[in-house]
Amino acid sequence: MIFNLANPLRFQRLIEKIEPITLNIAIILLLVGLFFCFFGSPPDYLQGETVRIMYIHVPCAWFSLMIYSIIALCSIFSIVFKHTLADLISRSCAPIGACFTLATLLSGSIWGKPTWGTWWVWDARLTSELVLLVIYLGLIIINNAYEDKSKADRYSSILAIIGIINLPIIKWSVDWWSTLHQPASISKFSSPSIDPSMLLPLFIMTFSFFFFFISILLVRVRGEIIQRKIEVIRFNRMV
Amino acid sequence: MKKKNKRLITISIFMVFFTFGCAILLFNLRENLIFFYSPTEVFEKQIETTQMIRVGGMVKDESLVKKIKTIEGRQLEEISFVITDFENELVISYIGILPDLFKEGQGVVVEGFLKNVGKFEARTVLAKHDENYMPPEIKDIKSIKDNKI
Repeated sequence: MIFNLANPLRFQRLIEKIEPITLNIAIILLLVGLFFCFFGSPPDYLQGETVRIMYIHVPCAWFSLMIYSIIALCSIFSIVFKHTLADLISRSCAPIGACFTLATLLSGSIWGKPTWGTWWVWDARLTSELVLLVIYLGLIIINNAYEDKSKADRYSSILAIIGIINLPIIKWSVDWWSTLHQPASISKFSSPSIDPSMLLPLFIMTFSFFFFFISILLVRVRGEIIQRKIEVIRFNRMV
Repeated sequence: MKKKNKRLITISIFMVFFTFGCAILLFNLRENLIFFYSPTEVFEKQIETTQMIRVGGMVKDESLVKKIKTIEGRQLEEISFVITDFENELVISYIGILPDLFKEGQGVVVEGFLKNVGKFEARTVLAKHDENYMPPEIKDIKSIKDNKI
């Protein structure tokens, strides 16, 4: 099944079918989610209305990590099995992940000023998330730095694999070291310390961002497939 | 051996060593990676009074005192409070504006200099938010319940 889809052309046909559906779901969920963010959820007992920034910040942070995991998996797959589709996906993911990371940092900063009393501190969580942004930018630069795409893919894969080490650091920085950033509210091993009325908008926004990510990713992957095709045609003409 | 397997093994070995190396590095850099000390750590370490440090903990209930002080002809409000990690306490004095979320019984991180034993002069006060989010009504119900128990 997976190897059947791993054929870029078949994948492209599948994309054309799925893409409009995912984008529509994302927009509908976004509208519902935004309603719950601003009107359908209570203010926090301590932070007041500032808590609403969390509904953007937390999903963005989750996806900044998830997208990096996808890139890392694809990079391992690309280096081991030399499959083009893995390269195309990791190449397409990098700018999206960078945007989510930037959104996380910016929304966190806007939340930090009224809550903590500062825009930025160099604590382990904030710094490791900034490092993630730098790695994403590195991947984007490498992806575009070489005329020879296969060379670019190989080097960016190596960077992505080295960068995996940053993921557990971001995830558990709040538990390993004392940080200004609070520990996770939602974890596997305990019931969430967020009230259900606040979890609802959070999860709707998360699903909305997920479908948004998928639809943007599909557009980008399709673009990459077409670009590679053009390159092959050009190459054949030259010969 | 197939080339594929060889590459897979190379990557795996690299990852194991790299992770191990990073783990050792981070473990040894712990002192530099933590954002603040707890009051207990402050007492355990011999910290110079000229060294700027950060200390974090809970603001002790009913420890917040505000008094007007005249310094260089200007009237300033000196704030003092106690932070605790439920083992040791540190008396903080601070002149400036407290963040909105500063409250007794909530977490706080202060940056400044250690004066004599158990005293700390803060330059910056940052409120630390915990991982609990709830609407005000539920907070009221919970605090009523806690008081009954």
